[in-house]
Amino acid sequence: MSGDALLQVENLRLDLIVGQRRFGAVKDVTFAIGRGETFGLVGESGCGKSITALALIGLLRRPLAFGGGRILFKGREIQDLSDGEMRKLRGNAISMIFQEPMTALNPLSPVGRQIAEMFVLHKGATWHEAERQAVEALANVRVPAPDRRVRDYPHQLSGGMRQRVMIAIALACRPDLLLADEPTTALDVTVQAEILELIRDLSAAQGTAVLMISHDLGLIANMCARVGVMYAGRLVEERAAQEVFRTPSHPYTSGLVASLPLLGARASHGRSRLKEIAGVVPAVTAFPEGCRFNPRCQARTEICIAQDPEETALARGGRVRCHHHA
Amino acid sequence: MPENDDMTLKVEELILKVEDLAVHFPLGGGLFGGARRTVHAVDGVDLHLRKGECLGLVGESGCGKSTLALSILGLQAPTRGRVLLDGVDIAAPGVDRKARARIVQMVFQDPYSSLNPRQTVRKTLEAPLRLHGVGNDSEVEDRIAEILRHVGLRPEQAARYPHEFSGGQRQRIGIARALILKPKIVVLDEPVSALDVSIRAQIINLLLELKETMELSYIMISHDLGVVEHMSDRVAVMYLGRIVETGDWHTIFTKPRHPYTRALIAAIPDPFGERPGVKISGELPNPLEPPIGCRFHPRCPEVRDICRQPPTPELERLEPEHAVRCLRAAELA
Amino acid sequence: MKFRANLLIGGALFATVVVAGALAPFLAHTDPVMDANLMNAEVAPGGEFWFGTDAQGRDIYSRVLYGARISLTVGIVSQLINTVIGVCLGLSAAYWGGWWDDFVSGLTNLMLAIPSLIFALAIMAILSPGLTSLLIALGLTNWSYTCRLARASALSLKGQGYVQAARVLGYGDIRIMLTQILPNILGPIIVIGTLGMGGAVLAEASLSFLGLGIRPPFPSWGSMLSDARDQITTAPWISIFPGLAIFMTVLGLNLLGDGLRDILDPQSRARTA
Repeated sequence: MSGDALLQVENLRLDLIVGQRRFGAVKDVTFAIGRGETFGLVGESGCGKSITALALIGLLRRPLAFGGGRILFKGREIQDLSDGEMRKLRGNAISMIFQEPMTALNPLSPVGRQIAEMFVLHKGATWHEAERQAVEALANVRVPAPDRRVRDYPHQLSGGMRQRVMIAIALACRPDLLLADEPTTALDVTVQAEILELIRDLSAAQGTAVLMISHDLGLIANMCARVGVMYAGRLVEERAAQEVFRTPSHPYTSGLVASLPLLGARASHGRSRLKEIAGVVPAVTAFPEGCRFNPRCQARTEICIAQDPEETALARGGRVRCHHHA
Repeated sequence: MPENDDMTLKVEELILKVEDLAVHFPLGGGLFGGARRTVHAVDGVDLHLRKGECLGLVGESGCGKSTLALSILGLQAPTRGRVLLDGVDIAAPGVDRKARARIVQMVFQDPYSSLNPRQTVRKTLEAPLRLHGVGNDSEVEDRIAEILRHVGLRPEQAARYPHEFSGGQRQRIGIARALILKPKIVVLDEPVSALDVSIRAQIINLLLELKETMELSYIMISHDLGVVEHMSDRVAVMYLGRIVETGDWHTIFTKPRHPYTRALIAAIPDPFGERPGVKISGELPNPLEPPIGCRFHPRCPEVRDICRQPPTPELERLEPEHAVRCLRAAELA
Repeated sequence: MKFRANLLIGGALFATVVVAGALAPFLAHTDPVMDANLMNAEVAPGGEFWFGTDAQGRDIYSRVLYGARISLTVGIVSQLINTVIGVCLGLSAAYWGGWWDDFVSGLTNLMLAIPSLIFALAIMAILSPGLTSLLIALGLTNWSYTCRLARASALSLKGQGYVQAARVLGYGDIRIMLTQILPNILGPIIVIGTLGMGGAVLAEASLSFLGLGIRPPFPSWGSMLSDARDQITTAPWISIFPGLAIFMTVLGLNLLGDGLRDILDPQSRARTA
């Protein structure tokens, strides 16, 4: 990415602290997101995708800690900002939505007030003015009858409606960057489709860049222009999203793509045995030496055990971290 | 209209038959005399399952698929209707839990909460055998070793506790427990959705293998249509307690007729952004006050005035294996 | 390592009391009931009488040792009765639900609303005083906390997959409660049982102090305190030593309970697992 990127993450390292020991839960992760771009991070539980997002918004808490690298937001280093400075960015220039909106919303406050709070806090609006804007914000996220819904409490809303409210709060101050951590995993498929469309439409209209985090490779490829695949705390491949499906380069990515029962595959190609990736996802405290995928990799040779692979730029665009990439 | 599946099926092929099953939950009312209301969680479902078949049950949360599964397992007494397992009405009072257990078993979604943390794998597998009268120690050992090998674990691992295993291995143990009594039917409740993506293929392949080697029939609940397409022989789509479309997997996935089925398929994010179809908006209506007429009409992209009038459309058979509950099914071909 | 200290000190205190009670016939200098000797009345601690003597000239050291037997018997047996009642009611209420749950919850609330000591007093007033009556009175009046804990813990486990799986496998309800749920709620039950034991020791002392528990001349710590009321200023040791014994026992049991909670707490277990 060129210098005008909105967000640049360089050699990010995040540690999990257990007693006196520090484990590299995320190691040497580098990526950039341009203004208005939608970038995806995909990976399994424990791969480090969610804590990467938490680090970007300054919400890492023990036992997790920043371990090194740089985070540049609009060219300014933000990894060492004080809590107070970070708070000014958070919700205003960078905001975040989570998997379970119920835990992120205040159960004792009407949703309209929670949206209005953002305008008061970050834009200096009066409460009266802010409440009017809250109705508008709810209408924006396509909540029916927004003037009545503003008075509802979170428990009175369905999961899909709560996620809309979260999006309204997150986008209230027209942030430059929205972090979306599994925003639809808890929702039904038809509701998921609507929420994804909403995120896509609103971010495009406002010029908000989105960092989309999910375990669902299909969803990420559908939503994002570029995708970073994470495995065991490393960014193993970064490509144009659809290319990842068509010509995966890292053995983990190609294994994953081949193992998915994609909708429509059986109807067009008949049923064949799914390709399995052997072994188990390693725990953070037991990441293997060398290439972290080597115990499960079919292309493994001695160098994979001995040496951690460097990132390689691919001729067809993108980067991969593998000694034997395709 | 009761389903006349028997017209196209030999009775001896059937392993399970659900006839006009309904499960209603009373809500509210009681002490202070408020109006008692009823949730029709399952509202007149007819289903059948043939030997060796995998029936995929799809629909969004609140559609009644889990309640239906619980009724089939005998864990939820139906308000109306019958569940015939191998010809025996298992919902009837007085039917032995143990007899039922030897016919139908279940694999759970969450491999973490579905194993007792204080029991070793051996204990988890041994207790059901003993309960069902396998008293001979060497036979118990043999059966445990055999089933562990079937699910891809080593017999030595029986001495371990659940926390010593990974999620995928735990799901294998859950499958072993479901199969230890050699049942004929297994209800799979979202069998891979709680597992890591790179582990799912292992379990899907295992389940399909076991279906052949142990001559099982599956009822699989899943919201992952990719998994349903891959594993199912037939599919039933549920909406608000009723089946709205049922057919063989190929028909359902390539020529769906009901607008809801189409919407479900269209809602799955396509990595290449090529899948056509109309998405739907809105959410599941309050099940206490289901819409009049077709229950899907408030969300239906194909709705006409007639859909908003009572009565609720019937499940109409279009082909021997394909039935749709939609007034406009013929037009929407 | 704070929890180890709890466990060690609590365990040591409790073990001391157990050993004292168990070996009382060997450790005691005199017979606690028979060896009254008015010639030795109210001798201060020291010399022949380590803890001094009471108004009847009985050796307080020996009586405190024998008192441990009564206190422990009452503490352990009555708390065992409480635990069995509480677990049976709480577990079955959670598992079966419906009217049975309503009934048990109502009964529990009723029990919590009546001060248990008053309730025990009432029972003791009906029954004739004595060890058996005391066990019954204390065993029937303190199960409500155990019951609530058992119900709440069982309720959270009832929906777990392995409980459902047991039903699918054809297990009977009782078997499910005993083999699937009970082992997984035992930790907190043991903790509250240990703490309750301390409460029972105190309750026994209170009842005996009021003359409704163990009757003199048998050496219960409570009745010893009661007897010592008149001499509290002139011969304080008569009340100090039984009082210290009660203090030590209850403190020991409470520390032990806290220590056990740290070990048996499912969350701290999960962290080490």
